[in-house]
Amino acid sequence: MSDITSQSLFELTSNVKEKKLSSGEITKAFIDRAEKSKKLNVYVTDNFEKAIDQSKKFDSNPNFDLKLPGIPIAVKDLFCTNGVRTTAGSKILDNFVPTYESTVTQNLWSQGAILLGKLNCDEFAMGSSNETSFFGNVQNPVGENLVPGGSSGGSSAAVAANLTPVTIGTDTGGSIRQPASFTGTVGLKPTYGSCSRYGIVAFASSLDQAGPMTKNVRDCSMLLEVISSFDQKDSTSIDYKRNCYSKELSKDIKGKKIGIPKEYRVDNMPDEIEQLWKNGISHAKDCGAEIIDISLPHTNYALPTYYIVAPAEASSNLARYDGVKYGFRSPGQNLIEMYEKTRSEGFGDEVKRRIMIGTYVLSSGYYDAYYLKAQKVRKLIKKDFDDAFSKVDAILTPSTPSSAFKIGEKTNDPVSMYLNDIFTVPINLAGLPGISIPAGKDKNNYPLGLQVIGKPFDEQNILNISYALEDKINFKNDISDWWLSE
Amino acid sequence: MSIDLKTVKHISKLARISIDDEKANKLKGDLNNIFEFIEKLNELNTDNVQALTSIAETTLRFRKDEIKSENIREKILKNSPEENKDFFVVPKVVE
Repeated sequence: MSDITSQSLFELTSNVKEKKLSSGEITKAFIDRAEKSKKLNVYVTDNFEKAIDQSKKFDSNPNFDLKLPGIPIAVKDLFCTNGVRTTAGSKILDNFVPTYESTVTQNLWSQGAILLGKLNCDEFAMGSSNETSFFGNVQNPVGENLVPGGSSGGSSAAVAANLTPVTIGTDTGGSIRQPASFTGTVGLKPTYGSCSRYGIVAFASSLDQAGPMTKNVRDCSMLLEVISSFDQKDSTSIDYKRNCYSKELSKDIKGKKIGIPKEYRVDNMPDEIEQLWKNGISHAKDCGAEIIDISLPHTNYALPTYYIVAPAEASSNLARYDGVKYGFRSPGQNLIEMYEKTRSEGFGDEVKRRIMIGTYVLSSGYYDAYYLKAQKVRKLIKKDFDDAFSKVDAILTPSTPSSAFKIGEKTNDPVSMYLNDIFTVPINLAGLPGISIPAGKDKNNYPLGLQVIGKPFDEQNILNISYALEDKINFKNDISDWWLSE
Repeated sequence: MSIDLKTVKHISKLARISIDDEKANKLKGDLNNIFEFIEKLNELNTDNVQALTSIAETTLRFRKDEIKSENIREKILKNSPEENKDFFVVPKVVE
């Protein structure tokens, strides 16, 4: 048997069910590795002591019918966890201990999983490199001083470094798929309405979705099956019959029509990304898929649209952080001064920037010019996809325009940071499911990802296409454990 | 269009985030860069486009109007920045 922490979720659950491994052994292995991996800074809060207790409890009375039997899992620190500090990577929630549980994490525990701890992320999920976190940047296990992507950077690093078998992140404009691409892991953003947003610290409510981040496609299907559910507590949760994604997983994609959008060939795109894409196309052909050229004419307008819609929604959502009911408070002479000082000291620069953008575009006299305009363009972007999906079953693109960059490289230029999400943002604007799978490496040996985009509620199809491609690509993420300490 | 310092200060007031002059100047530069990028949308004519209001295009559902009585006062007050048994405490509002 291979080392415990390097096993996939599928292997671990099989080994538990066959009584080859106990929950206690698995939990201890991940905790031991975490103790030696502090340099990566993936954890904001650990739950190790409680996790050990819970694993013992599981082993004393195991239920092997559960889908995640005694499996320890760390989650992004954007999910509220009852009794365990939840910070969203912000000083303003530094002391916040929720008294309720998010629906998606509850779904994990209901299937037997055990909380290992809370993973670092960009502050309020606003960032593409995990550098906006109040708790410091995260190291990408792929190479020293590389960003792990963001905002689910602690999550992507933890999966790649074997510090959790799988994890869940959230994706508002690429925050699952981009970090997955940067770390050679798999990340799926489900259709809007698939996973409940209840108990997730809100960023942009019309775009936010939780999703699985895993070592491989099969694990991704297993985890999606657990976290996707209809929930009365989220008014935008959609009641539809969800697949048994892992049971229906198949490499047979013969005859599937896969669209290649010409607008994703952006200026200055590195040759290696172009080559990666070509290889993906030829693998899809080898699997019997039919390749069809398509056009998504409004692609270039997706990022500007996103940078109106997302900050506008964020400025409303973050109005609640006023120092009154919970979180950090900075005292003031009067109520207004308390609000202003609390928010000034409690939020970091990127969050302030986005609140300011959002406040401006929603302010009197500017609403029509910005927010309404953006919602109209958003309609056009969605229509592009509707039209494309009348001809194809799925769309294949690169996940990101580059591989992971160095820590500090883009922090002084917000717009160049935003460009990271050029291939992922349109999918959130249109509410579609998208998955990033590792597909190759650049000249520095850093991972690169391909994205498969599907019709609404068609997660099974993009999982199957990814499963077939994964088999052909045969990606190996040779990570050297350079960060380990004794 | 460009955003001047006065506008930055005005927005910060609306957003209830106090900023000093140095920060305001830095923000002015950042915001102008970002808005220059956003202005690209003006290339598009959207006169006859209906704005997207809901991505899922479903209507909000109704639920039964039931009383779910639960005593959660303690839970609600648990994270309150200033301790008080029954209320959230803020600086004096009425003079």
